[in-house]
Amino acid sequence: MIEATDQNFETEVLKSNIPVLVDFWAAWCGPCRMIEPVVEEFARDFEGRIKAVKLDVDANQSAAGRFAIRSIPSLLFFKEGRLANQIVGACTKSQLVSMAEEILAG
Amino acid sequence: MPDNLTAGEARDDNTPAADIAIVGAGPAGLTAGLYAVRAGRSVILIEQLSPGGQAATTWHVDNYPGLPHVSGADLTMKIESQVREFNLQVLSGQVLGMVPGAPHQLDMATGNIKARAIIFATGAKPRPLNIPGEEEFRGKGVSYCATCDGAFFRGLPVAVIGGGNTALEEAEFLTRFASKVYLVHRREQFRADKVVQERVLPNPKLENITPFIPRRIVGQEQSIQSLELERPDKTGKRELSVKGVFVFTGLNPQTDMVKNVLNLDEEGYITTGDDLSASIPGIFAAGDCRANQVKQIVVAAGEGARAAVMADRYLQTMADDSSC
Repeated sequence: MIEATDQNFETEVLKSNIPVLVDFWAAWCGPCRMIEPVVEEFARDFEGRIKAVKLDVDANQSAAGRFAIRSIPSLLFFKEGRLANQIVGACTKSQLVSMAEEILAG
Repeated sequence: MPDNLTAGEARDDNTPAADIAIVGAGPAGLTAGLYAVRAGRSVILIEQLSPGGQAATTWHVDNYPGLPHVSGADLTMKIESQVREFNLQVLSGQVLGMVPGAPHQLDMATGNIKARAIIFATGAKPRPLNIPGEEEFRGKGVSYCATCDGAFFRGLPVAVIGGGNTALEEAEFLTRFASKVYLVHRREQFRADKVVQERVLPNPKLENITPFIPRRIVGQEQSIQSLELERPDKTGKRELSVKGVFVFTGLNPQTDMVKNVLNLDEEGYITTGDDLSASIPGIFAAGDCRANQVKQIVVAAGEGARAAVMADRYLQTMADDSSC
């Protein structure tokens, strides 16, 4: 999965041609580790339709601050440069998929 | 080991996919898996996230025998890798319901799984306060996991709600980051173990706010401004100026998928006999989803072992019965 950073957030996320899922995570966060396989599977299933990236909140505090991230994992969907929807906390793949389908349809 | 299969590969005829299906891969489910495969049973372990359960989110575990000062994540990874040395199937997915029968059936979004015996080790989730502002500010200051979110509150005042071991230990963890940690509890006395109280409460960053009950979380769009409290006897109110509210007031069992099938107690925990068997033969429960009073990792692991042994004996009895 692509690593989003403070530096490339604009190009990788906000200016992406397709919707983007950003997984805000950190090494110290147990639930972040637990949803990693879920997000990776999601990334494979939606390849070409939704881009999935991960953003380490420790190393990229400006992006995390910009979206007022106060809890991780936080999974934010962006479409055409705008925040489209988000899930806070550990989630199942079916929750992610139904949100993704909604965003693709809308 | 044969790795993650998908529920779509599960057979649709009546042939069980395994002797024993285990739902949930926290300490109870993983230990049940370990004992069941070592008993020679075919086992499917179903988990909706990755293994570890709530224990994986615990910063620091000091009461698991033999492994002092281990992090919850390391402990559960050790258990998982020990289990994965054996041949069991791990299925990634969410169990939505159960249909009892011979074999029993677990319904999943992508198909169903049949097994002769089932062990529910689905665990529990933090119980919300159910007060105004809580849902609105979830992820914007309201948190149920100090190890996940503590670092976002560097230099800021926070409140911790609860009076048990978890509340006190997480409050102590939060003093690393927060400028001030208010410990709000509905009773005058904390419920936490004495040794935990003696270690945590002298921390100069902690201030006890007792007895008070949280009534409302107040804030603006992106952040919390204060927490409104009231005395249980309604004789007084207080407002704490905080940016974070960490909730550790207990657990709700994750038993929705069996609520119409198995007997549950009034709080939703699966009730069992001494042999950990639930209200339907061949169904067992272990760990935090069971009505067991003691929510500890070592208890969950112990119950996982017992449930697996009992499920193995149940299958043995069934085989003996059908052969005569």
